[in-house]
This record gives sequence, structure tokens and C-alpha cells, in this order.
Amino acid sequence: MAELKPDDIARIAHLARLALTDAEVPAYTLSMSRIMNLVGELQRVETSGVEPMSHSLPGAAARLRPDQVTETDHRAEYQRNAPQTEAGLYLVPRVIE
Amino acid sequence: MGIPQTIAEMSRALHGGQVSSVELTRALLERVQRSQPALNAFVTVTAEEALAEAAAADRRLAAGERGPLLGVPMAHKDIFCTRDVLTTCGSRMLANFVAPYDATAVARLRAAGMVMLGKLNMDEFAMGSSNETSHFGPVANPWDLKRVPGGSSGGSAAAVAARLVPGATATDTGGSIRQPAALCGVTGLKPTYGRVSRYGMIAFASSLDQGGVITLTAEDSALMLSAMAGYDERDSTSVDMPVPDYAAGLERPLAGLRIGLLKEFFDKGLDPAIEAPLRAAIAELQAQGATLHEVSLPNLPLSVPTYYVVAPAECSSNLARFDGVRFGYRCENPRDLKDLYERSRGEGFGAEVKRRIMTGTYVLSAGYYDAYYLKAQRVRQLIANDFARAFAQVDLLVGPTTPTVAFELGVKDDNPVTMYLNDIYTIGANLAGLPALSLPCGFAHGLPAGMQFIGPQFSEERLLNVAHRYQRVTDWHLRAPPGYAS
Repeated sequence: MAELKPDDIARIAHLARLALTDAEVPAYTLSMSRIMNLVGELQRVETSGVEPMSHSLPGAAARLRPDQVTETDHRAEYQRNAPQTEAGLYLVPRVIE
Repeated sequence: MGIPQTIAEMSRALHGGQVSSVELTRALLERVQRSQPALNAFVTVTAEEALAEAAAADRRLAAGERGPLLGVPMAHKDIFCTRDVLTTCGSRMLANFVAPYDATAVARLRAAGMVMLGKLNMDEFAMGSSNETSHFGPVANPWDLKRVPGGSSGGSAAAVAARLVPGATATDTGGSIRQPAALCGVTGLKPTYGRVSRYGMIAFASSLDQGGVITLTAEDSALMLSAMAGYDERDSTSVDMPVPDYAAGLERPLAGLRIGLLKEFFDKGLDPAIEAPLRAAIAELQAQGATLHEVSLPNLPLSVPTYYVVAPAECSSNLARFDGVRFGYRCENPRDLKDLYERSRGEGFGAEVKRRIMTGTYVLSAGYYDAYYLKAQRVRQLIANDFARAFAQVDLLVGPTTPTVAFELGVKDDNPVTMYLNDIYTIGANLAGLPALSLPCGFAHGLPAGMQFIGPQFSEERLLNVAHRYQRVTDWHLRAPPGYAS
């Protein structure tokens, strides 16, 4: 059952946009293999005909509300938590050279 | 005068004029400061704001306003956004995050006049069962400083046990209210999914997360829940149902109550030293007129593997928002945007959070989605069906909260699975969205042992009632750790 290899960890870390150090990879390879072994128990359960359950709310459908503006502008307030802003914009490294 | 212990006692003293909110707040702030080096229960102490809130509460009381929480000190788990106050979620990622708004639960308790003393330590992003994953260091268990308080709401449980605050907010995704409550000898209530708004509560696994309370008594939990619960249009999963006055139903006699003894919870993993006081506590409920019925939930042992697919999957989606751009930690000198994302997240998140994000990413990735994620959702349905069948026969289920008492700091470091198995009795209620409560039922190896009640959806009133009737004839919940008595 799902024995993960260091290459798998590197691929998953890339998908999750997580930079791992070289030292972290073997540790995650071992511990995540253990987790996947635990999770592997589920494969033995007979579930044909059982509907997947995504939440526990009884019969809840997404609620709708009138399409009206309810929020005011909080940009300046919210940008106080941003690492780098200028003229109301969030700054990131140059994407297009 | 000694400081009253519970919310109800403090409220009576405040309304009777024996003590002011400022006096209570000052006394408890002093305890908080004194406890910090040993316990580390708080991440942030808001002394100045607390004294101002207390003075405002005293003015409301003097003007004749009444309310069971008015002027009573408390603290919030640092997962709840508090306007203009640091809200870290126990993570380096949010170590500098000052919330621009209040969570709904925070706003409601503020409106009720509770005085916030600060923000409580927790496992990083609520992922952990020992409070050891916090970026701000572990919390110690006031019963034995070498042991963990449990997690993820370890700061909340330790602060209430050490009488630093009579009540605290907490959250429970797989046991994070009940497990620390049990390990610290206090009362913890996880409400029905949808009962308390999740707005402003930093998300971990959105279909499982639920806000609740940790207090000394069931009565105090009832008082706080009555103020916190209820419909909120800002949380699309909050349920639009009237909130009962939970304190009004506390005295209802137990005659006719049908209690289900959860067979799967009395397995070989349960420490016999916990089983003994638990059996005695159940006998006490029978003595008050409850009848006992053995109930089996055959799929319940699958809770832990099911949870470790569903919760990491939701975590990996929720934590994608931490990108080093709009808020939170950003790495130094990013080479390009990809480097900015990867290093900000790699450096900003701790080891356990990264493990859960990667586990979730894996089970959702192409080729594995059906085998893991959909499979787990189907087993989740089987577990929920088991509970529904049980509640056709009994009013509530009883069992232990944890398989063991509080363990020593550092002992479960190597293998995450051994830590995960500590939540074996609590996770089922989250998967099925059920309310559950842990309360102290005695001691094992000199440390607190917890009894757990699980009820059908929206049965908080009954759970609190049964817990209160038990607490009327026992005093486990009022035993303070040595050195932390009133």
C-alpha cells in the first residue's frame, strides 16, 4: 500500500507550492508513508452504492441573497497586513520581463 | 475576598456589587502574567484594552443593565479574528497579522459584555493534539508542567484549568475542544456543525470546523453558548434555527433518559485507569434515573483514517490562500513569483501544517481523488449512518474522551500517526457534525480523566443538562490544579 518515495514528496511539494529543504524530504517520505498506510484501511471497506458525504448539514442548499452591495471599501485597512504595497496595489516580483 | 471561580459566580458578584469588573480583570490579569513563564497559555495579553472594556462593563452595570456575561473576563483562542489585535493562529505565517475585523463569535461575546484578556496559544492552524506545534512554543498542563495540555485548544484548556479565565473560546475539527478539556480537567463543548458562525474563524477543514467553549462548568458553557450561537448571514453554513436559552434547561431530571454505552469506545486501547472512574460516573447518571443500553457503531473505528483524508484535503485548499502576497509571512529576496510562493509557504508554515497540506494535496491529486477522497467521503456517510441508527434507540452516547491521560511533552514526536490516534474517540462527532461535550469524571494516575457525551444534531441543551446534573452531585470539575486554586 502507498509507499511514497522522495520523488513523490518533491512532486507533491511542488503541487502545494511548498519549498522543502533537502533534510525535510526523507522525514516527510517516512511520515507521509505512515499516514497513507493508516488511510489505506479505507480500501477494505465496501462502499458501493453509498453517496459521498461532503458535509453534515441536513438538506442544505447554497443560500442566495439579493445582489446588492453590502460592503464598503476596506482596501487601505486590509493592505496594512500586506508585505509590500504601492499606490493601493500589491507588489510581487516581476512576472513578465 | 477570594476571586469567584465560575462565570455564574462572577456574574452574581458583579450584579450584587461585591466586586467590579475592573477589580476582577486586574486580579486575573495579574494571574495571567504570573502564569506565563510556566504555562505559556497566552500568545497576546491585551491588558490595556481589557481594563477599558471592564470599565465600560462597570458603567453598563451601574446603569442597571443586566446580563449573565456582562463584565466577566474571558480569552479567545488565537484562531478567532479580533479587530486591531494580533491574530496569529499559532503560526509564523500570521505572526504579524492584525485582524481588521471581529469574528462573529467575538463580536457577540463582546456585545454581551465579556471582557477579553487576550489571545490563547494553540497548535499551529489548529493542527495538533498537544499544543506542541505552536510557533509560540508549547503550553504546559497546569496539572503537571512536564505534560501537554492537549490540543489544538491547549491554551484555552490550560487557562481555564489554571483559573486565569473562567471561560474561553475554542474550536474543534477532530477533538480540539474536547481532548484538551479532558486532559486539563475542564468542561468543553463542541456544538453541532452550523450552530456557531465560522465567520472570522481561520479555516482549517471547513466541513468539520466548529467553534465552541471551554469552561469549568456545564452551566457556564450554557451561558457562553447562548450568546455565541445563532444564524449569521456571513457564514453560508450557519444554520437558521432559533437559539434556545441553554441555561433554562439545565435542571431537567434525568428520569427516562436513554444513554447508549458506546461499545467501540471501551476497546483495548482505553486505559483501565480511565475506564474505572468513567464507569462510576455512568453509574451516577443511572442513579439519577437514566437507563443504559449498549450500542455498537461498527464503522466508527474507521473515523481516524477517514478524517486523515477529509481534513488534510480541506486544509490543503484552505491554506492555499497564504501566498506571501496579500497578508502573512513573505520570504526575503524572492527571485521570482514561484520562489516567492514556495519559500514564503515553506518558511512560514511549520512541519505538521506542511505535512497536512501535502497529504491533502496528494489525496486530491489526479489519479488519487477517487481512491482516497471520494472513498473517504463514502465511509464518512457510513459513519454518519451509524450515529443516526444509534440515535433512533438512545438520546445520547457516552464514552471516554481520550484513551489516555495527558502525555509528556515530546514523547509523540517521531510518528504522526501515534499522535493522530489520540483523537480516536472524538473525530466521529466531527465527521457526522454532531454536538459533543467532555467533562471531568475523576482522576487516573493523578491526572484528570474525561467523560464524553455525543448527541444528535442540535441536542446541545440535553448534553448540557445531563452534564449539569452530574456536576451537581460531583465536584471533579471544581478541583483546581495544585498551586492554581482560587
